[in-house]
This record gives sequence, structure tokens and C-alpha cells, in this order.
Amino acid sequence: MKTLRDTWLIFERSMWLTLRNPVWIIVGLIQPILYLTLFGPLLKSIAESTPGFPPGGAFNVFVPGLLIQISLFGAAFVGFGLISEMRSGVVERMRVTPLSRFAMLFGRALRDVVILDVQGLLLVVIALPFGLKIDPAGLTVALALLSLIGLTVAPVSYAFALLLKSEDALGPLLITMSLPLLLLSGILLPLSLAPDWLQTLGKINPFSHAVDAIRALFNGHFGDPSVGFGVVLMAILAILALSWASRAFGRSAA
Amino acid sequence: MATERPLGTMIRTRGLRKTFGKRNAQVEAVKGVDLDVRGGEIFGFLGPNGAGKTTTLRMLATLIPPTAGEATVAGIDLLRQPAQVRQQIGYVAQGGGSDPLMTGRGELVIQARLFGMSRKSAEQRANEVLEMLELSDAAGRTTGTYSGGMRRRLDIGLGIVHRPKLLFLDEPTTGLDPQARANLWDEVRKLRDAGTTVFLTTHYLEEADALCDRLAIIDHGSIVAEGTPIELKRAIAGDVVTLGIGEHPRALALLRAEPYVREANDADADGLLRLYVDDGDRALPQLLRLLDAAGISPQTIALSRPSLDDVFLRQTGRSLRESAA
Repeated sequence: MKTLRDTWLIFERSMWLTLRNPVWIIVGLIQPILYLTLFGPLLKSIAESTPGFPPGGAFNVFVPGLLIQISLFGAAFVGFGLISEMRSGVVERMRVTPLSRFAMLFGRALRDVVILDVQGLLLVVIALPFGLKIDPAGLTVALALLSLIGLTVAPVSYAFALLLKSEDALGPLLITMSLPLLLLSGILLPLSLAPDWLQTLGKINPFSHAVDAIRALFNGHFGDPSVGFGVVLMAILAILALSWASRAFGRSAA
Repeated sequence: MATERPLGTMIRTRGLRKTFGKRNAQVEAVKGVDLDVRGGEIFGFLGPNGAGKTTTLRMLATLIPPTAGEATVAGIDLLRQPAQVRQQIGYVAQGGGSDPLMTGRGELVIQARLFGMSRKSAEQRANEVLEMLELSDAAGRTTGTYSGGMRRRLDIGLGIVHRPKLLFLDEPTTGLDPQARANLWDEVRKLRDAGTTVFLTTHYLEEADALCDRLAIIDHGSIVAEGTPIELKRAIAGDVVTLGIGEHPRALALLRAEPYVREANDADADGLLRLYVDDGDRALPQLLRLLDAAGISPQTIALSRPSLDDVFLRQTGRSLRESAA
């Protein structure tokens, strides 16, 4: 009960601070929108003429990748906000209260998930006129999967922020981690077009399974094995990330 | 406001120790500190930067675990039940702890709610604290727009919004101008008068002297002296009375016979005779009467008191003014 209440308090405060400057939610969408509008159309003819291109049309293949992009380049950078909260002393102040350590993390991560889902939904709506055809039930499950991705990526970013305590160290680390994860998810072009060795690397990357799952969900293929696998995999990763980061919150002498 | 003074011991530590670093490069920041802070007093921890003040305070405030030793804070075992200790204490870090984008009221309300208050009573209490700290007019502004003194007052407010028994203040007036400092001292005294025990660190001699009921002087991780500011200074050599009287064996003999005169030195080259007395305020009129009755009239008479810096100098061989600079 107390943990729930604490989580709500931290969520409320973080969300309030985010909404003071809602323009950042839109700024985070600028990149994927540019990809959608300026790169997406190129895929159309490729999708039709290339053997091995996944089914469902170019945008049904491309938009799920963009959702991974906003999580890897959006939620992954929430640690920067935490560093400035550490610098202003807010984190330390709250560590000398009865506030649950898990709530310190989870309240913030839930805020990040809500922002991520809102961005994801906006992106999907913007993609509809380009030819994205979507199964509504599939979209709902896809957003739930996106939430799990957020619950994996945001805590990892927070844990690194607590360990490194400096933007200068956090930035390069996050970029170095995000970019290969992003490319190995096959977001620009599907990995089904890749040579074997690259496909193997892709299979090791959990986010590529999340992309496969979201693609299947957009097409309404709930029974596709990639859906169950993607959801279970991301749920396990979310639990691991949350428990690691919440321990970092407990330990750090922020 | 009720002036209830909680009796008993608010902080008790024995052999409290903190070592930082790995085995090959260890730094002993705190080397076995024994403290007894009484309920209802302002207790000061005086020492130069790097003496171990903040480390000790952070251990007592549950932020870092001690390497060794034991401690009871607000009657609770610090090592076994840090979560319960947090319920009872307020903590104000040296750098403060408010978000520059939050309003003063917003921060106070959330802080109160973090301690379990309902939204309604948190809002009530926030208004009370804002009024007490004369921040009501700025309550709706973001703390980023506050002056240094206002932000410090808000920090104190965040430390007391849940009415803790014990408040920790780390270097509370560092960086404040003299007026803001005096203002903050008044707030701290008000808290003490309302029954809160205050434990603060400082490297300002004047602050330790003027604000603290009792203090411990720490240097290189160890406590070198402890007592009220007056006791500490008196323990040095008492007050110093300087008489402009020249060579005067008769006067010297008379003065040495007095019980409150600890020591009387022969006149120096300038004809000044130095007496070390227990309590200068009381000794001065008695001295004058004594000399007058004996028909001796000194040209000049001056009373000076040893400062806390003299105490520090005596204990460590260095001046705190110099080490702090």
C-alpha cells in the first residue's frame, strides 16, 4: 500500500514537472516524424519489389521500428533529468524520508512510460495517412509492449545516471549502447534482408524481437509466435532492469 | 508555540567510524567519534573543511552506512533501523534540496506527503511553514527565482515540515550574506525554543560561538574538544586581564593570593602585567577594589577573552581561521 502511494506521489511530481514544459514531448517526436515522412516513402517501392520483405506493406514494417527508436532515443535519455535532480539535491533530500526506494524509481519510470505511449500513439496517428493499416486490438497490445520496453530502458538509464553522476559520462555511454541496439532491430530496413551473420546478431538483440512482435500485432496476427516471445522477453527484461535500478537508488550516495 | 524540551539523549554515538575507498587506497574520514547530543539543544560540529563533519552528519542522517561503531539517533538504533530513524529526523544538505522548477509551496506539500500526511493536512502545514519562514509571498514562485537566503529558508522548511524531533543542518549559512545569516540563526533558535533538537556543522567560529548551546570540535576525523562555547574557551586558560602597572612586586603578591587568579605573570617590557582569571566579568571589579584598597592604581586595565580559535589552536596547533580559508 505504502509503496503504491509513494509511487503515485513520485509519478505525480515527475509528471507535473514534465508537463510544465510539454514541448519536449513533441521535440522527442521530431526525429521519428522526419524518418516517417522523408525516409518512409522510399521504402514503398522497395517493399513491393524486394523478395524477403516482411508482409503488411512498407509502413506496417517501418512504424514498429520507429516505436523502438523513440524508446531507445527517448526513454533511454531520462537519466539526464535524474542527474540534474541529483545536482539540485532533490534525490538526496528524498532519500532521508520514509519514501520507498522502489517508488523513487518506479514513479519516474511510469511517467516515462506514459510519455512514451503518448508519443507512440501520436506517431501511429501521423503514419495513418501514409498508408499504415492497423488492427485496433493489435495496437492496444503493441502499446502495452511499448510500455514494457519503457520499463526496461528508463530504469537502465536511471541506474547508469546514479552510477556515473555526470552528463558527460552518461551521454556517450547511452549513445554507444542505443545505436547498435537500434540498427540491430532492423528499423530502417528489416533484418530479413540481412546476411546470415547480421541476422544472428539481430536475434541476440532483444529489441529486434520486440519489433517483430509489434509488426505482427499491427497486422492483427496475435497467434504469431513472435508476439508471445516478445512480450515475455520484454517483461523479464523489465523486471531485471527495475530490480537493478531500484537497488541503485537504495545504494547511491547521490 | 509550546516550549516543551525533550529531555534525555537525542544522539549517542560510540566509536563511530567511516573509511572510504578500496583496500589499497583507504581514507579514514571519521576515526571513532563519541557524541552525546541532548534533547532540545543546538549542537554544533565545528572544524575545518575535510575534518569529517559532513561525513559524520551523513552517517547520522542514514545516507551512508558507518564502517564501524554504534549510534542511537532519536532513540532508534541507526545501524539496525535506518528507516525508522528517517521518520524522526529532518535533513538539510549543504547544497539544499529543492527543484528550481518547482514552487516553494509545491516542494513543501510533496515533502509533507512523503512523510505520510494527507494532501489536505500537507497543504495546511506547508502554509504554516511558509508563514513561519516569511516565505508566503514567494510561495507560488519557482525556487529557481529565490535569493540565496530565501532558498536556504525553504530548505529549512523542507527539513521541518513533518515536525521532526531532530534536525540536521549541514553548513547552514555557507554562502549567505551577514544579514541572511543572522536571520537564519534566529530561525534555528526559534526551532530550538519550540523543542526541536538541532545538530549542525559549521566552519565558522562566530556561528559556533553565537548559535550553539554545545559543540564538538573535530579535526582529521577525531573530536578534539567538546563542551559549551564558554566552557571550551574557559578551559584554555580563563580570561586574560592586562594591567598597566609596571614592575610592582607588592601588587603581584596581592593578586597571586586571590583564589580566582590562576596565574599572574611579571610585567613585560611595556610594563603590562598579565593575569589569567577564571571569570573575567566577575574578577574585574574585585581586582579593582583589591588594588584600590591597597592604594595601587593601574594606568590601564583590559579584559580579553580567548576565542574558539584559541581553543582550536591549543588542540591542533593550527588556527581554524587559516585552515578554513
